[in-house]
Amino acid sequence: MRTESTLVEQIGAVARRSAVGAFRQRALLFFPMLFPLILFAINGSALSRVTEIPNFPTHNYRAFLIAMPFVQGAMFVSISAGTSLARDVETGFLNRLALTPLRSEAMLVGQLGGALVLGTVQAIVYLLVGLATGVGFASGVGGVLVLLALSLVISFAFATLGGLLALRLGSGEAIQGIFPLLFVTLFLSSSSLPRDVIKATWFREVATYNPVSYLLEGLRSLVIEGWNAQALELGFGFALALAAICLVLARPAMKSRLARA
Amino acid sequence: MHELVREFRKGPRAVDGIDLAVGTGEIYGFLGPNGAGKSTTVLMLTTLLPPTAGRASVGGFDITRDSAKVRASIGAALQEAALDPILTGREHLMLQATLQGLPSRRRNERTRELLERVGLTEAADRRVGGYSGGMKRRLDLALALVHQPRILFLDEPTTGLDPQSRAALWEEVERLARDEGMTVFLTTQYLEEADALADRIGIIDRGRIVAEGTPARLKAEIGSPSVEVTPAQKDDIGRLGELLAGFGDSKRGSNGSVTVQLPGGEAALAEIVRVLDSNDLHVETLQLHQPSLDDVFLAKTGRKLEGAGTE
Repeated sequence: MRTESTLVEQIGAVARRSAVGAFRQRALLFFPMLFPLILFAINGSALSRVTEIPNFPTHNYRAFLIAMPFVQGAMFVSISAGTSLARDVETGFLNRLALTPLRSEAMLVGQLGGALVLGTVQAIVYLLVGLATGVGFASGVGGVLVLLALSLVISFAFATLGGLLALRLGSGEAIQGIFPLLFVTLFLSSSSLPRDVIKATWFREVATYNPVSYLLEGLRSLVIEGWNAQALELGFGFALALAAICLVLARPAMKSRLARA
Repeated sequence: MHELVREFRKGPRAVDGIDLAVGTGEIYGFLGPNGAGKSTTVLMLTTLLPPTAGRASVGGFDITRDSAKVRASIGAALQEAALDPILTGREHLMLQATLQGLPSRRRNERTRELLERVGLTEAADRRVGGYSGGMKRRLDLALALVHQPRILFLDEPTTGLDPQSRAALWEEVERLARDEGMTVFLTTQYLEEADALADRIGIIDRGRIVAEGTPARLKAEIGSPSVEVTPAQKDDIGRLGELLAGFGDSKRGSNGSVTVQLPGGEAALAEIVRVLDSNDLHVETLQLHQPSLDDVFLAKTGRKLEGAGTE
């Protein structure tokens, strides 16, 4: 009666559960999505004259700013993924899964599946809001698709970070405590201004070494520049590198959490 | 299980050299207070916690060398019913069926069967967060049975349940052992649960097994049953004492009754009734007192089971 379920089936089953959980907790879906939009609305309106700075790459500040909600939303996804996994550690649900033939990599990737669904919904909402507020795409329809793809990779990368923290810390409260630090990395990046127009040297240096800048610039390039291969390579590259590092570090942490003899 | 040990860092030996064997189709009750080492033993036997020393095999497979085969043979409902409050009962079972490798056409069927068996068909599509404690425990049991395991581990399955839910769970556990030949390893801190369900009992205290055997044998080891008789007429108390003295040591109680120990066991009860009847002595009450497992625990550890916890 029993056969071995495939890796894909296992990932699918865990991801389905994770996605259902994400959708059924509407507060977790709605408010994290709303916050970046509020910031987008306020900054887009209040700081619109920064485009008058010489060498500013666009006259539409909202077009410049639209990348920020995507990355900020992805950061919220990391918290959602992390707290959900930490809850499984705390409640013992992870032990229940550990008693099945589920492979640890399937458990990890599947758990992040819900975060990816959340990231997709967020990305589509931000895209529609951007289009509705007059943001055009210099890269055309193809650019929209690439932006969605990059946005998903970024969401996945931050979700793996959330997953790693959950497995290391095993506590939802600890994950939420770390969240403000993630936000600092967003504000110390090129989120509000292009790096080459940032006047304060220390800020420009920090933004240059901050990988979050390259995630933003990859997304932004599709909106205001068209096809910029270098910006896209750096954007995808940093996102994939973050995901890879977190997955590599999370694997032994997952094995240790499962504590299967 | 041979000399099984589990030591935690900076902690005492939670399990301190346990030896025991459980036969196929047997319900084995692992009885002890909180912190005695019951759950740690279950975690080791279910491969969720590696032992510090010693060895054990479950279903013929070594728990450290063949842990995947052990997990394939067992079902487990651990101490806390670890369920996702966001998912429905049906979704839990479908997830478990998929992960346990049931063919896709069989998953729905098995889910329906189990929901019906544990009486959750009507609540199947409600979120588990709204289930009562009893419903959660029943779902937990159903999840442990999805892949039709040969061996079932139940870690304090009725803790916190109302008497009705407890009785329903006992009935199901008995049915699994009786009708399906399933071996059940059950931990409990409830004397009556171990007494009612278990074919054999191991009493664990501070990580060590202090007594093992059938409930009847354990109780017999520490003393004989006694009969307490209250005469219908208070004046008959003297005559009653004389008649009962022929069966063993007797003593008068302050409540107008006479209690006699039965060294030969409860078989003497019929003879006592005959003697009282033939001497035309009418009785108001007649009670048989068996030694309890609490008496066994007291005799073996010097403490009462209730309140003996160290956690």
